[in-house]
Amino acid sequence: MDHLFEELEKDYRFKEGYHTCINCGTCTAVCPAAEFYRYDPRKIVTIVQTRDDAQIEALLKSDTIWYCGECMSCVTRCPRKNGPGMVIMALRDLSIRLGFFTESEKGRQMLPLTRTFARNILEYGYCVYPETFDWNDHKESGPVWKWHMDHLDKSLARQGANYQGEGPGVLRKIPQESLDELQAIFDVTGATRRIEQVEEFSRQKAEQMGLSMEEYAKTAFEYSSDKHFNE
Amino acid sequence: MIYEGKQKIWRDYQKEIPDDHWYYVRSCIRQNFFPASERKFTDITQQVLGKDVYETPYHTTCGGIAYHCDAIPQETVMTIVARQFALMTEAGYENYVPSCVTSFGNYVEILETWHEFPELETRIREQLWKACRREFKKPKYLAHTSDLIYHWRNEIAEKARVRLIDKETGEPVRMSEHIGCHYAKMFPSKGIGGAEYPYVLAGMIESWGGQVVDYPERRHCCGYGFRQYHMKANRGYCVSNTHKKFESMEPYGIQAILTNCPGCCYFMDRWQYVIAEQTGKTYGKDGFGIPVFTYEELAGLVLGYDPWDLGLQLHQVAVEPFLDRIGVEYDPKAKYLGLNREDILRPELPTNLKCF
Repeated sequence: MDHLFEELEKDYRFKEGYHTCINCGTCTAVCPAAEFYRYDPRKIVTIVQTRDDAQIEALLKSDTIWYCGECMSCVTRCPRKNGPGMVIMALRDLSIRLGFFTESEKGRQMLPLTRTFARNILEYGYCVYPETFDWNDHKESGPVWKWHMDHLDKSLARQGANYQGEGPGVLRKIPQESLDELQAIFDVTGATRRIEQVEEFSRQKAEQMGLSMEEYAKTAFEYSSDKHFNE
Repeated sequence: MIYEGKQKIWRDYQKEIPDDHWYYVRSCIRQNFFPASERKFTDITQQVLGKDVYETPYHTTCGGIAYHCDAIPQETVMTIVARQFALMTEAGYENYVPSCVTSFGNYVEILETWHEFPELETRIREQLWKACRREFKKPKYLAHTSDLIYHWRNEIAEKARVRLIDKETGEPVRMSEHIGCHYAKMFPSKGIGGAEYPYVLAGMIESWGGQVVDYPERRHCCGYGFRQYHMKANRGYCVSNTHKKFESMEPYGIQAILTNCPGCCYFMDRWQYVIAEQTGKTYGKDGFGIPVFTYEELAGLVLGYDPWDLGLQLHQVAVEPFLDRIGVEYDPKAKYLGLNREDILRPELPTNLKCF
């Protein structure tokens, strides 16, 4: 009956963010995601409180848990010191571990997200890095950023950066021994296993959808159906 | 009685900030989008204020953005952070200052979680040893870089060459501030002024001569939302939330915005451009936007730095009307020049958002 709830209870974010919820809806009132998406954090906590596996499994397979922006505005406002955003983090983690994330459009975004951050962190030591920032995927950054990217070395030098240089400074080259330590941390703490799981579950789903992995990743990155939005 | 109550609340939201000897770790987002602010933090603190702010090339990302995009497990981000603390310990420091608000929130969350669940801290220490053969002490003091600029705001004010005063009217410029959500929304006691009345940026504006202006959605998230921005499919979420904020502030005559989170600064600048190009609407005067600054950019202007040394040419919203308002001298022709005035062409101009 409550196997999935027991799994959630093992997560430290769940321990921190889930106490008895009085369903007041304050979290929903201040939530930036609820402003935009068909999303109600109050209802999510209500479902979790049922401890019902069928309802929690449906949640783990839905788009709903991926709408949160993890701003944690809900944590500040909850009169019972709950953190629906932290409950969401635990739900997402469980959805990934069980492979349920591939069942929803927003959940399938885990593939491009995992690929992007794994590469940026393990190859460069940064979460965001110019070498992997494609302006065509970020036209909101404006013409000024296109100019900056087109003249990256010279523009960064003008800004006082030490781009790909030795020693300290802005956008320095992270020494290989530090990157090796990040890889070791990924191996020891489960991130490497997580990357493999996301790839494997996504591969199975792509096959089921008749898509190549690249088509699957591209679709997840840029396609949005209309069903997510408030009126 | 009510006044005493307010005094007590304010006391609860003060934090002790040592005056010197800080171990500095950089922000991924800031190094990419505000590289000159990253550079100017060390220039201002080390050269202008004479402080010991130490950086090692061996530090890395804290992993916070990946963590909040759900791309790495909690124990991974905790062990990356443990390694950062080990580097601080090995360098002989005990005061730790990150320049990213996501990182700051990440560090606070991890330290608080370890405090509440000591068995998890033990496990992370074991994993760090297994992966890196390193050990660490936890920081004695943890501050965000904006906390330090706040702490030294009056020293900066004493050295000011420009004040936040409208040179035509003699009145303080009307500024608002936007605090990054992860600065104090999760753990209000860790931010100066807490989550409801954060004073970290308002204090800078007031010390440097400006007037802080409130508006209804001042505490609303900028709309970054981690995965909501990093996935192209989700970016409507981001622009919608920034739009909500700018619609809310429109009647209040705000002339500039100060931020302490690099993501907020970037998005509140760029989404103004997108809104202008999509709808024709601009929020500043005469077709301009409202400039959004980092605290180093504002401190740098006050201290008399050249605005192009501060990186203000990388903003999409033109900063020149604000520079003119407070009397900053600058060479318009030098805006897009490279080092040694090398010609590296110039960006195209937006269609609707007025820019130079």
